[in-house]
Amino acid sequence: MYVESKKGKTRELWRFHGGLHVPDHKELSLHKPLRNIALPKRLVLPFQQHIGAPAQALVKVGERVLKGQMIADSPAPVTAPLHAPTSGQVVEIAEHLIPHPSGLTDLCIVIEPDGQEEWATLPEPIQDFRAADPDTLRRRIRESGIVGMGGATFPSAVKLNPGKPIKTLIINGAECEPYITCDDRLMQDFTDKVMNGVRILQHMLQSEECLIAIEDNKPEAIHAMFQALRDDENIEVVRIPTLYPSGGEKQLIHILTGREVPTSGLPAQIGVICHNVATAAAIADAVLEGRPLISRLVTLTGEGMQEPGNYQVPIGILAHELIEQAGGYRNQPRQLIMGGPMMGFDLTTDEVPITKGANCLLCPSEAEMPEPEPARACIRCGRCADVCPARLLPQQMYWYSRAKDLEKTQDYNLFDCIECGCCSHVCPSHIPLVQYFRYAKTESWAAEQERRESERAKRRHEFRVARLERLEAERKAKLRQKKEALNKPAPKKKPAPAETSATDAKDAKQAAIEAAMKRAAEKKAQQAQQPRNTENLTPSQQRQIDAVEQRRKAAESKSQDQPEQPS
Amino acid sequence: MLIAILTITLLAALFGLLLGYANIRFHVEGDPITDQIEKILPQTQCGQCGFAGCRPYAEAIAGGEAEINLCPPGGESTMIALADLLGRDPVPVGEEGAVEKPKSIALIREQECIGCTLCLQACPVDAIIGAAKQMHVVIASECTGCERCLPPCPVNCIEMQPIRRHASNWRWPFPQSGTEEIAGGVH
Repeated sequence: MYVESKKGKTRELWRFHGGLHVPDHKELSLHKPLRNIALPKRLVLPFQQHIGAPAQALVKVGERVLKGQMIADSPAPVTAPLHAPTSGQVVEIAEHLIPHPSGLTDLCIVIEPDGQEEWATLPEPIQDFRAADPDTLRRRIRESGIVGMGGATFPSAVKLNPGKPIKTLIINGAECEPYITCDDRLMQDFTDKVMNGVRILQHMLQSEECLIAIEDNKPEAIHAMFQALRDDENIEVVRIPTLYPSGGEKQLIHILTGREVPTSGLPAQIGVICHNVATAAAIADAVLEGRPLISRLVTLTGEGMQEPGNYQVPIGILAHELIEQAGGYRNQPRQLIMGGPMMGFDLTTDEVPITKGANCLLCPSEAEMPEPEPARACIRCGRCADVCPARLLPQQMYWYSRAKDLEKTQDYNLFDCIECGCCSHVCPSHIPLVQYFRYAKTESWAAEQERRESERAKRRHEFRVARLERLEAERKAKLRQKKEALNKPAPKKKPAPAETSATDAKDAKQAAIEAAMKRAAEKKAQQAQQPRNTENLTPSQQRQIDAVEQRRKAAESKSQDQPEQPS
Repeated sequence: MLIAILTITLLAALFGLLLGYANIRFHVEGDPITDQIEKILPQTQCGQCGFAGCRPYAEAIAGGEAEINLCPPGGESTMIALADLLGRDPVPVGEEGAVEKPKSIALIREQECIGCTLCLQACPVDAIIGAAKQMHVVIASECTGCERCLPPCPVNCIEMQPIRRHASNWRWPFPQSGTEEIAGGVH
């Protein structure tokens, strides 16, 4: 298929497998003018509003913060800092409910606005971004806390460092999910800002071509963007056919380039990078004005909303305060969904804050989105496989997920599933297929995590066993050395090896006896010596001594002879 | 006739040599089945199976001396995996109706710790740091939850705390609807 993408230029488009035409219900919120939301009493900012490491607080409880001041950051490579959406006081850093399917809490920083809207000193605007080098711009984007605003919330600065030459930069304005209109509104109301963001992105990536893809159910947005195109730029606005889920990154790349992103690969591998239009607008703010990401457009829609429409919302406002300011609920709504009807998730409460990735709050009435019918047995009709945009076999993955055979689900490429919900939507048996796949995915991750942990525990245990053995050997060696040291002073005794401890002991005894004998002999020799009091004698004394000696000698010889006499 | 006998004999000799060579050339050191069993075991080194650790238990299973349902931390999934690997029949783990404990890690109540170092010596993965007459502490990221430090503590200051459920380690629940209908539809 060929479409006009620029004055006098046509492009070839491809069609991805499957997909669905779903009623889009965009008229509910689209034609209302954009409204600003007043500051609430409290802003709750979760430290983790992005994929990657959570940010860490840079401010303390009780501290006054200014609008746009960085209040949390992290040294991790994949992370995004957090900024104060207004001036006020940090009143709490505590656990608070977050918008997550689990309905769990996470650490949040709570700011009480003072209403003065006093700005912090912002970084210098980079008006002439074409003269700036990509690293400077990337640093600015990182410092401004910009994440993918289509809902994926991957830190944009990381994505802008592909390490590979990029041929095609795709700006995603498809907004294929029913009900949501915030990107449409953004392209109509802030056309120049989006365009500037696109130009900055193209300058940073130096891509050969830049395609802004918009579904053909948004004629006003397409018109506005066409008007903003300049002839001397290599930027095209591509009108793509409306088909859910054409806004999925991999699907959009296929539509525009005919190429497929490899399994568990990144678009950059095939020379493509995809960014959302809202991300482009946030980047324009950050670079051209130095303003960090502190507010976003949110669609409030559904029959259960008093005044559906698009709202400029400070990040951190609680959903119920936002809905109250927008007129509140009506028709006793049954559920509140964050995101769209196909890929969003149910909120258990409206006490959760709006985060950087929250593009829509959908509050359908009972009639609009009735309670799902009870699931029946799979009849193997294969319609799920017909509509799967990732060309998977949902019913096979369903059987294995149900049987909790996680390995088998991965043989069927479970992790290529984008959870678009097409299969569940068409299933005549109303089987919640996506629920099964989400279950199998998180279980697989948990199993992988457990496997890594047990591997680690095993290594530590083996190390401990080896350490204990080494210590024991060292202890024994020390003992032996001590023994040898004790034995050394024994005379005429060669150091004997420890194995011959029996002979060792014998030798020691022998040595002791020898030593004792030697000591006795020495004593004897000492006694044989001349007495000391025999010097300087008078001749008469000498004579007396001699006489005594003579007598003793005679007596001795007598006693020596005596025993011989009887024989 | 003679040619047939000679051919068969020659072939037999040839294949015999080939097999003999392959036996030497592709000789496998150690006991690979023990390694495979050990891989399945959770490596908590808790000794609840009655063996000194995961490796001795794996050796016992490989030697046919132990049943495959003795590992409480691994629970049913480990038993099933072992049954699959060894071609044995699955056996129920633990008592009938026993609930699997949530994964926990040890926590030392620091103000009660007397610094006796007994738990340090009991920990199979060196996950407790401390010294004599100094306060001890469990390294949470390394603790396997084996509970081996509990009995030696003379002041009972160690307790097991279930790991907190957090958004990052949260798992989608198994879908509720559909289970009964399909159970009835499959024979």
